Amino acid sequence: MKLTTRLDGITYRFRNITDVLAKANEPKAGDRLIGIAAQSNSERVAAKVVLSELTVEDLTENPTVPYEKDEVTRMGWDSLNQPGYQSMKNMTIGELREWFLDHRTTPDVLKRSARNFTGEVAAAVAKIMSSMDLVYAASRIQYTTQCNTEIGQPGTIASRVQPNSTTDDPEMIVLSLAEGVSFGNGDACIGINPVNDDAANTKRIADSCYEFMTRNEIPTQLVVLSHITTQMEAVRRGAPLSMIFQSIAGTQAANDDFGVSKALVEEADALIKQQGLCQGPNLLYFETGQGSEVSIGRDLGVDEMTLEARTYGFCRYFRPFMVNNVTGFIGPETIFDGKEMIRGSLEDHFMGKMLGLPMGMAPCFTNHTSISMDDQQIATMLLAMAGATYYIGIPVADDVMLAYQDTSYHDNATLREMLGRTAAPEFHRWMVSRELCDERGVLTEKAGDGSIFLK
Amino acid sequence: MNEQKLEEIVRRVLADLGAGSGADGATLAREIAPSADANLEISGRDLVRPASLPADVESGEVPDIRAVDYRELYNVPNAANPEEFKRLKRGTAARLGLGRSGPRYSTWALLRFWADNAAAQDAVFSDVNPDLLEKLGLFSVQTKCVSKDQYLERPDLGTQFDDAMIAKIKERCIPNPQVQILVADGLSSTAVEANVADLLPSLEQGLKLHGLTVGTPFYVKYGRVRAMEPIAEALNPDVICILLGERPGLVTPESLSAYIAYKAKVGMSEALRTCVSNIHKDGTNAIEAGAHIATLMSEMIQQQASGINLKV
Repeated sequence: MKLTTRLDGITYRFRNITDVLAKANEPKAGDRLIGIAAQSNSERVAAKVVLSELTVEDLTENPTVPYEKDEVTRMGWDSLNQPGYQSMKNMTIGELREWFLDHRTTPDVLKRSARNFTGEVAAAVAKIMSSMDLVYAASRIQYTTQCNTEIGQPGTIASRVQPNSTTDDPEMIVLSLAEGVSFGNGDACIGINPVNDDAANTKRIADSCYEFMTRNEIPTQLVVLSHITTQMEAVRRGAPLSMIFQSIAGTQAANDDFGVSKALVEEADALIKQQGLCQGPNLLYFETGQGSEVSIGRDLGVDEMTLEARTYGFCRYFRPFMVNNVTGFIGPETIFDGKEMIRGSLEDHFMGKMLGLPMGMAPCFTNHTSISMDDQQIATMLLAMAGATYYIGIPVADDVMLAYQDTSYHDNATLREMLGRTAAPEFHRWMVSRELCDERGVLTEKAGDGSIFLK
Repeated sequence: MNEQKLEEIVRRVLADLGAGSGADGATLAREIAPSADANLEISGRDLVRPASLPADVESGEVPDIRAVDYRELYNVPNAANPEEFKRLKRGTAARLGLGRSGPRYSTWALLRFWADNAAAQDAVFSDVNPDLLEKLGLFSVQTKCVSKDQYLERPDLGTQFDDAMIAKIKERCIPNPQVQILVADGLSSTAVEANVADLLPSLEQGLKLHGLTVGTPFYVKYGRVRAMEPIAEALNPDVICILLGERPGLVTPESLSAYIAYKAKVGMSEALRTCVSNIHKDGTNAIEAGAHIATLMSEMIQQQASGINLKV
């Protein structure tokens, strides 16, 4: 392995692959926080040059966290397809970038290659891609998944309606849900973040939403985003949940802090297959995002983008219905400004699609950063061009419970209209039957009036 | 916490501060603010009525959009059941029923989002007015952070002081008090400005009623919760309390919290801190919070415990 290069006669020497990956990363606050980022723009480019000459094999055989010590590494490796990996392992990362962009590499070939690569390889190739590379390459990869209904078809954009309440009040949740579906949000799922993490509360919220969903014959799936063990207990108590949610990170140490492991997710998957509302086959929902490991001190000195790609190895091990990337939620110590948030979102979307995942995106912001509504909408539009599977929907971009700003009920309707897309097919037909949109998916006069659903 | 005891203390604190005490803080804040207000007015006049415009241009002002309670609005034309939706939505601060133009927001909803976001960001990115600190008799120290950007990007530096700063703290403060009070910007200077002028006198009064000795209170610029730890090691109080602005949401930028610990040490567990949160005019008001915090601190000294070890 060559870990040294010269730029303009100046020598740049990198310690190991972890160091090359960190220094090759575009600026990210989380990398600066732990002192692993490139010290200059030239050093960053030198690292990209070195990275472009490493092979798929170099990055696969030298994971950033050893196989023996880390479950996430093992899951990334164990979910590789060996013949596929062997066929591409001699390619350099520079060649791999061009392979992803080449017209001769058809969408079918791209999808067939998803299990040829580990997270480290995905991170490496994305680090030598520009924004338009990331959008273009991802736009050629689309996955459909099915829980109750199916999402991800060409010509569609889905959304998770997220009608959170500061007091877990079912009446307020259903009120916001009513307005959300009247804007055509909720084909990916109805998903509520509860304030109180207990099984009784999870069931109470699920019961209210399920009543609304069935009374109005809405073809979608239902999830309450309490801790995985809480949801499992709620399912055992008969809560009407369609799938199981859990946040995942890119090191075993971080997942230990989250209280999650491969074994626990397997147990949850088996439970929801037997006791859940839906047949699937995709019954899991994962949330990820750059910086979660560093924010809890469980990064092991690896850059936040590579850790994110490793997380996708964990997700890919299962066959999730949806993966939700959230960039900008934690704060400026991991994603400093709009530029970092936009770049991070595009990277994660590409890396997730490259590794075979149905990527939904939540480019978002809190109030203690300089990220603005404009930055957030720019990221959203670029991700729509890149073909993200779904977005979050909240009232006028303000989540009163989680106290952050994300895509709105209005935004999701706007994206569909601008790009000539509809909701997922079954949900679209439901919207047409309720006179909420026309055949093309454009909102009618009636849309946006949640009061049509009041009893 | 004994409910009656708390009420009794609140009453006594209020009595001690005088009937108009609630207004005192507000007056103080107003007195300090005028420089900013005056500037706004001047630039506002310039914008609305430049000299070249005819004199008969209508005077007056555009109403304050942040003064509107949007929970009372349902701006959806030809709605199926507007009265019922409106009745229900009074129970949530979610931005429901604020209308649309095509698939986009109504102008009012967009402007209001921007106004709320601006208030929240200003709360984070502004500094606490030094005149307020002077009026409250608080001297200032600064953590290792040199700028707001660095403070936001490096949470670790917002908990540390260099040696010169620790020396200054030791020089200016009474050592070994029973109670040490700190004020810090945290993530909202607005929260400090909106609450501390009322909270601090109420808290000090409450502590006096409990017969506790209070050290020299001071202000920590670019301070996070854990900034209390090195200060506790320098001054050795029994109990230390930091009053600090919380990360603002769009609903209010004024929320303040008090984090309190018995015998705080650098690197102590989060679970050993007691937190009184949501201190603002629509949550727990500042005067009541002061009395409540004083009682909590007295309990901590009696029980020699805080956080999960404190029996309340």
